[in-house]
Amino acid sequence: MNWEGVWILAEQRGGRVQRISHELLTRGRELADKRGGKLTALLLGRAVEQADLDELIARGADRVLLVEDEALENFRPEPYMQVCRRMIEKYRPEIIIAGATSLGRTLMPFLAVQVNAGLTADCTILDIEPETGNLLQTRPAIGGNILATIKTPEARPQMATVRPQSTRPAAKQAGRRGEIVRETAAGVDLSSGVALVRFVGNEDAVNISDARKVVAGGHGFRTSEKFRMVYELAELMQAAVGGSRDAVDRAWITYPHQVGLSGKTVTPGLYIAIGISGAIQHLAGMQTAETIVAINNDPEAMIFNVADFGIVGDLNEIVPRLIARLKERRKAAR
Amino acid sequence: MKIIVPIKQVPETAAVKMDEKTGTMVREGVEAIINPLDLYGLELAIELREKFGGEVTALSMGPPKAETALREAMAMGCDRGVLLSDKAFAGADTWATSYTLATAIGKLGEFDLIICGERATDGDTGQVGPAIASFLGLPVATYISKFEERREGAVRVHRLVEDGYEVLDVRLPCVLTVVKEVSNPRLPTLGGKIKARQSEIPVWTAASIGADPEKLGLKGSPTRVVKIHKPKVSRQCTKMAASDEASADKAVEALVEFLDKRDLI
Ligand SMILES: Cc1cc2nc3c(=O)[nH]c(=O)nc-3n(C[C@H](O)[C@H](O)[C@H](O)COP(=O)(O)OP(=O)(O)OC[C@H]3O[C@@H](n4cnc5c(N)ncnc54)[C@H](O)[C@@H]3O)c2cc1C
Ligand SMILES: Nc1ncnc2c1ncn2[C@@H]1O[C@H](COP(=O)(O)O)[C@@H](O)[C@H]1O
Repeated sequence: MNWEGVWILAEQRGGRVQRISHELLTRGRELADKRGGKLTALLLGRAVEQADLDELIARGADRVLLVEDEALENFRPEPYMQVCRRMIEKYRPEIIIAGATSLGRTLMPFLAVQVNAGLTADCTILDIEPETGNLLQTRPAIGGNILATIKTPEARPQMATVRPQSTRPAAKQAGRRGEIVRETAAGVDLSSGVALVRFVGNEDAVNISDARKVVAGGHGFRTSEKFRMVYELAELMQAAVGGSRDAVDRAWITYPHQVGLSGKTVTPGLYIAIGISGAIQHLAGMQTAETIVAINNDPEAMIFNVADFGIVGDLNEIVPRLIARLKERRKAAR
Repeated sequence: MKIIVPIKQVPETAAVKMDEKTGTMVREGVEAIINPLDLYGLELAIELREKFGGEVTALSMGPPKAETALREAMAMGCDRGVLLSDKAFAGADTWATSYTLATAIGKLGEFDLIICGERATDGDTGQVGPAIASFLGLPVATYISKFEERREGAVRVHRLVEDGYEVLDVRLPCVLTVVKEVSNPRLPTLGGKIKARQSEIPVWTAASIGADPEKLGLKGSPTRVVKIHKPKVSRQCTKMAASDEASADKAVEALVEFLDKRDLI
């Protein structure tokens, strides 16, 4: 039997399908259409909302492969891997893509070893090579300074993780048809050496890796009081808050908000960098954002090299003005 | 506790060059350091040994000069270093790298924990830790930000995820990959440096770990780099100077307009 079809690994939390799944459908649909095959969304969980399953089809899946079990409620590497392996052996997909999320970046390498597949991390561009039908996987490497295109000539399936926010979620199409296939995990070893004791949510709800907008501040703010302006601006813009390592080291903001080489990589639609010099390690985490705005009083700051719009000036003058201006707009809109 | 810390030697600067023909990195003339993110793993391992006793082994696969990374790890306080070096390992992707590391770990004897860095700053995949676990059939927990306590046959750790953290009990032996928050790496001591200089660092080859040659290096790697290119810098920065009140107002107004046009407000 040949390897065929494109799979996306959909993600659910608490029975609700996550946005990353819809972004993956955009990618998967493109690939399936180019390759001329079926697009399948594989979803593991427990008691997933029916409406969310239908939505996967409305947004581009031809088939939803659903495996539900108590043991699959939360992600744990071994049972998730075992179930995926069983499904891969049964259906033999040619391509599997997952989000470069805490789940995808853990499960995919754990799984790839078991099915002898090649795996490329953190892709930003996926395409099909016309002559061979191979998946072309392009990812930023060495701090985003270069793009490397990788392929897996022999091994199947071809696996890749894709950066969250690097594409738009697929649009819903009314009346789109597809099938929902319920598969059983019976006979699969669902035991795990990992037990979830509890989950502790972030104090602030917005998380930077999959935020559509990020407002980030750096050393230029000088004090933690001044840094509060970043939060205020972010709130007005409905953005998540990020920080440079300097800001994190000074405890103006916590580590989960750090953007860059030793922090998180973000690919939002908008990234506003304020009082951040744009050290190569910081750029590594944000230069693939769609639109970048920089505010810095040093006209030579590196951050301007990657910005679409820059203001050269004192952030203490500019940020309060911007905040005031946005508040005005908000009032006017009411 | 017996702990193994796989560490990678990476080029120091961000100004690494690529060989456009072969698609591999040009490492000559660039200073090599321990992958900065591996230092947090080394520190955690040393702290755990100080608390519970045992032994910390640093393990690295790389060219002969990767020995210096292992000596640095020993200067920090690791008990021993093992270098995996063989022409057959060259050109390995994460699959072949983790196969090689896992096979070598199998030769190291009993252990409780393997601690990897979250990712290497050059390859930047973060795949090797979970892949080692997969080869060895061990549980894995990634993005560990805190080691809470050692329990009966398990460790309690915090795992950073997108919207918070999970508190997990992970059965031993297991693989952890750690983020920066997990520890504050110490500097090497003078005594440590002396000890490191005097220590033997065994070099293991494909034959000495009994690896399957088909699974090593470029040959054993399912993936191939086919093209290296510079990202298109299509950004044209509109720069506005804001040196006084009037120009600041103007710049803010222009920014709001810019964002509005792109539907970003
Ligand atoms: C291995 C390694 C990993 C690293 N990982 C990361 C990482 O993940 N993330 C990260 O961010 N960094 C990282 N760094 C650190 C990085 O090299 C920089 O030191 C850091 O990004 C600098 O932060 P900053 O831009 O906030 O501070 P600075 O470099 O001090 O820049 C502050 C900027 O603010 C501007 N400024 C000052 N006052 C004002 C004002 N009143 N108005 C407007 N502008 C003003 C200045 O002109 C300057 O450009 C890493 C370094 C190493 C070696
Ligand atoms: N060649 C290597 N030798 C030893 N450890 C490695 C090697 N490559 C990767 N690792 C380990 O795996 C982690 C993740 O690396 P990577 O998957 O390449 O981003 C690193 O932080 C190291 O702990």
